[in-house]
Amino acid sequence: MIALEQVSHDWGDFALTDVSFSVADGEYFVILGPTGAGKTLILETIAGFYIPREGHILLKGDDATHTPPEKRNIGFVYQDYALFPHMTVEENVAFGLKMHGSPKETVEHRVQKIMEVMQISHLKERFPTTLSGGEQQRTALARALVIDPDVLLLDEPLSALDPRTRENLRDELKRLHQTQGTTTIHVTHDQTEALVLADRIAVIIDGRVVQVDVPSKVFNNPASVEVANFVGVENVLKGRILSNKDGVARVDVGTYQVHVLSSLGEGDVHVFVRPENIILAKEKFQSSARNVVEGQIIDVTQFGAVFRISMDTGLSAFVTKQSVDELGLQARETVYASFKATAAHLIKR
Amino acid sequence: MTLDKRLRGVKRFPLSLLFSMVGSILVLFTILTLFNMIVQQLVLEPTGFVKAATDPLVIESILLTLYASFLATLIAVIFGTPLAYVLARHDFPGKNIVESVIDVPVIIPHSVAGIALYTLLMRRSVIGTAFQNIGVVFEDSLWGIVAAMLFVSASFYINAAREGFQSVNPRLERVARTLGASQWRAFHHIALPLALRHLFSGAIMAWARGISEFGAVIIIAFYPMIAPVLIFYKFTTGGLRGSQPIAVLLILICFAVFIGLRMSSKYWERRQ
Repeated sequence: MIALEQVSHDWGDFALTDVSFSVADGEYFVILGPTGAGKTLILETIAGFYIPREGHILLKGDDATHTPPEKRNIGFVYQDYALFPHMTVEENVAFGLKMHGSPKETVEHRVQKIMEVMQISHLKERFPTTLSGGEQQRTALARALVIDPDVLLLDEPLSALDPRTRENLRDELKRLHQTQGTTTIHVTHDQTEALVLADRIAVIIDGRVVQVDVPSKVFNNPASVEVANFVGVENVLKGRILSNKDGVARVDVGTYQVHVLSSLGEGDVHVFVRPENIILAKEKFQSSARNVVEGQIIDVTQFGAVFRISMDTGLSAFVTKQSVDELGLQARETVYASFKATAAHLIKR
Repeated sequence: MTLDKRLRGVKRFPLSLLFSMVGSILVLFTILTLFNMIVQQLVLEPTGFVKAATDPLVIESILLTLYASFLATLIAVIFGTPLAYVLARHDFPGKNIVESVIDVPVIIPHSVAGIALYTLLMRRSVIGTAFQNIGVVFEDSLWGIVAAMLFVSASFYINAAREGFQSVNPRLERVARTLGASQWRAFHHIALPLALRHLFSGAIMAWARGISEFGAVIIIAFYPMIAPVLIFYKFTTGGLRGSQPIAVLLILICFAVFIGLRMSSKYWERRQ
């Protein structure tokens, strides 16, 4: 178990404020946040490069706030991998065991084994500058894992890779975690990475933890508007609950009303709906969706494989190219946007 | 790239061509000055050169120069390396002042440095007396020469070493720490070997600076005569005829040593 308890620290122009979360043994924990939110500093504080001004860091249940980095048994992989340029791949991987004074045979055996697991055995004589991004990444992981760390800290480990290698290595991180079971804290600004890998996610914005939850909760029930904006909940409507009957709130959002499954009573709220949860139709049709909103398309933009349809009702929907073609979705067309009462989420404002 | 291709690169930029021509005047000035003397001596006065090169007094004086400067460089390395590392890695109040102090010897006239050192280290001074008690005298001695050389050359080493340490990504040492290395071992296994090339070339610069020192040395230690002092002495007593052969010999020896060191450092670099 590893825990941060109300950790605060200042770096002149940046501060971590009251950062608390705990990571269970064997958990894959993702710290998700925009660039400059302080994610790397959290990892470096866990690793012991900074002693926080306030708060405590617990490793395996013990207060390790003042333990020097070399006594924390932590594996660290930086975004730029930070491989030792004057050592071969094999020497890089063996470094940790040598520092721990392991006997020569143990070093050889374990280095060989981890290089096999990471599929870098054929690179052992090479120097880091001659390796591809993916190979450097594997080497950095092998170097961190060979000491059998209590926790593995990954600082944006995939962001410096090309998209294809990134996907491969993402899957590999998942497989590696399943086979090795190392407690992992992975920092990223990439939602897909978080969604695919995380057991739980901490969202951090401006040096503060704003939500800690399982991925589905973070993505569907964000705790605040800023989290919603960051995790891609594009539909954030200001509204007012008019009534709540049988756990379904009727919310006035200005020119129309929506029904949302919620326990909240009357009052001002934000309504969150993910754009991929909205279905578009050219005609009004009967369905179980409690909300059908008529509106005019104001913009159609392509977003990689999907199109975003923005409507004058303040709602946006994600649809495929096929839907755009078949329904003839274009600006000024009238459409019916429908979503279920369970697909929306309310928070008080 | 062939020479031809490289030249074409410059030709495509007329301004660079003009600048190259203007700039080459400085290079020519240096080459002309040194080669004129060397060629004159070796071609027109070879006997004088041979006589100087075989004179035990001259040889002794040149060896003393190289040795004293080596000691000064050694002291600069021992005390300057930790200082350079701290300056490269940490910010602290007064850091600017420390950095300025390091650079001061470069800008003050060397005769001034000599007088200042003499005042500090002469037998009658507090420090001079203290050192005398442990058998170290600065006035007219090897240690006086070393002190003067150290004063004027240390900044060359410290600045090169600081740049060297700055060029090492601090994350490398951090990763080493997580892998079980103490601060000292992270420094020893990561920062030091990666900055070594800079440290080496800084040491060469400091050594060269020490060898070339005259003004500060002559004030604190006229004897034993280092080569620049001997050359000055010969010039004032025997004119060009007396001083030039030694000057040429000193230059040739220095060239040989520096080319050798540069080449070994290049070889080292390639091996890395």
